Amino acid sequence: MTNSRPQAPPRPLSFWKSGFSSARFYSLPTSIALAAPLIAALAIGFLYPVLKLVALSFSGGTLTQYRRIVTEPLHLSVLLSTIEVALVVTVASLLFGFPVAYLMARLRKGLAMIVAACVFIPLWTSVLIRSYAWVVLLQRNGMINKLLTDTGATDGPLKLIYTQGAVILAMTHVLMPFMILPIYSALRALPTDYVRAARNLGAGPARAFTAVTLPLSLPGIFAGSVMCFVLALGFYITPALVGGPGSMLMATLIGQQTTVLLDWPFAAALSTVLLAVTLLFVLLFRRTLSLSKGLNSVY
Amino acid sequence: MSIDQARLSGSFPAILDVFASPALRAYSTALGLLAAGAAIAAILFFLLLPTLIVIPMSLSETNYIEFPPRGVTLKWYSVYFNDPDWMAATWFSLKIALATTATATITGTMAALAIVRGFLPFKTAVQALALGPMIVPHIVLGVALYLTFSPLQLTGSFPGFLVAHTVLAIPYVIITVTAALQRFDPTLELAALNCGANRLQAFFLIVLPNIAPGVAAAAVFAFLASFDEATVAFFISDVGGKSIGRKMFEDIDFNLTPVIAAVSTVLVATSLLLMGAVHLVNARKPRS
Repeated sequence: MTNSRPQAPPRPLSFWKSGFSSARFYSLPTSIALAAPLIAALAIGFLYPVLKLVALSFSGGTLTQYRRIVTEPLHLSVLLSTIEVALVVTVASLLFGFPVAYLMARLRKGLAMIVAACVFIPLWTSVLIRSYAWVVLLQRNGMINKLLTDTGATDGPLKLIYTQGAVILAMTHVLMPFMILPIYSALRALPTDYVRAARNLGAGPARAFTAVTLPLSLPGIFAGSVMCFVLALGFYITPALVGGPGSMLMATLIGQQTTVLLDWPFAAALSTVLLAVTLLFVLLFRRTLSLSKGLNSVY
Repeated sequence: MSIDQARLSGSFPAILDVFASPALRAYSTALGLLAAGAAIAAILFFLLLPTLIVIPMSLSETNYIEFPPRGVTLKWYSVYFNDPDWMAATWFSLKIALATTATATITGTMAALAIVRGFLPFKTAVQALALGPMIVPHIVLGVALYLTFSPLQLTGSFPGFLVAHTVLAIPYVIITVTAALQRFDPTLELAALNCGANRLQAFFLIVLPNIAPGVAAAAVFAFLASFDEATVAFFISDVGGKSIGRKMFEDIDFNLTPVIAAVSTVLVATSLLLMGAVHLVNARKPRS
């Protein structure tokens, strides 16, 4: 992790010209041959379909479909509430996830394993199953409503499922591990000596935290936040299962256009907008988004 | 820490100095730790509960979903294993996941070699493109793939799913194998070449054994990325060919029975076993 060596060749051109065969570098034809299957797969299964979708949204050479998104208040409000839900989910994941990441990084090995298991077990569980569990938990006669009525906290069962709150709750549950893991790797890379030095110099625990731990864990916080936010923007399964008609998000709107209304050009335009918003955020924050850091701490 | 020290550090307003008396400080610290502990325990419970709840529910004797479940029975498992629809979806998904594991791991590992060790033109562009399927919302990819596959009559077909799931699994393979290659010392390969091995021999005898844990992890990620995938599968499934994810989605939406809990338990157990195996393989090799 820390001993990664620089990969760039010092003078690639001279290597190439001399024809010197180095163990570190495959020749140009070999490299292209090695990457060709991947590029072919991506061209067929990713690039071409997405471009075809974008082209469909402009079908007839007009912006009719896009005009429908902008002029109809409902469609615009769905876009805004998608961004809003993604933001709320990201902030909630950060608030609840940070203490977990901190604990994982600072506890003794055995105890840290227990905390890690609480993070990994949901991460390795299919999103579908976790959404199903939330449907069961939040049902009218579900566990949470039973608890509320049995303890007398409420008179009757509350309407918990098929609401915006249910979507936020379930999405936060699904995305929290993506926040926890990058923060955990940032915190683990932070030497404990730094905090000890701050304490020795007279800082209280709170001051040591805000002056040393927090700033040094910012790369992890940013990576996790961008990951969470981008994934939340395009979530389909969870909002479709636990959300209701009043909590429409972009993905559920696209799903409805394609499966119920069969309005493919409009669905294509909505998809293009969602894609553009996602790519915009990825490009804006690409420096902070470290996909490999998040995934490499998964195992 | 004395009162003076606390004041010097500037972290306590003067009015809080009363807490600096040792007994009160210890008491408030204990209270604070207790509150923090309770909050963390609540968060961990929140994380774990939804996964674990499906196990007791799959054992319930009632025909409807109820928690806490009544009685203990394995009948929902036998319903699952004897239902032709569920079995067809399970085998279909399993076949696709195994084929996806092979295609994504092989193409991804080859490309990772070119990215880390090769003179690949447009290297960053290739890398960004390979990670694309992870970033692009799956619903967008699902709609796009439906539009492409539908005129070719590839929806609900094995080749259609294979292409879609390979593309979805590739980012995991690229990230994992690239990391494994970067940890591996290239001079070992040079030594093999100097000893007379050709490129292919050096790869299979030296490079591959050394990056094997990473490749194995990549294969497991690819398998689960395909087997657990539901959004894209939702769009490219049809009556003739349905993945287990699509079948589960329909059943959760339309007839919520304990069979789903049984299926979920089987899937959770599979995921945890596979990921646990990856964890063991990677814990054994020394990591920096």
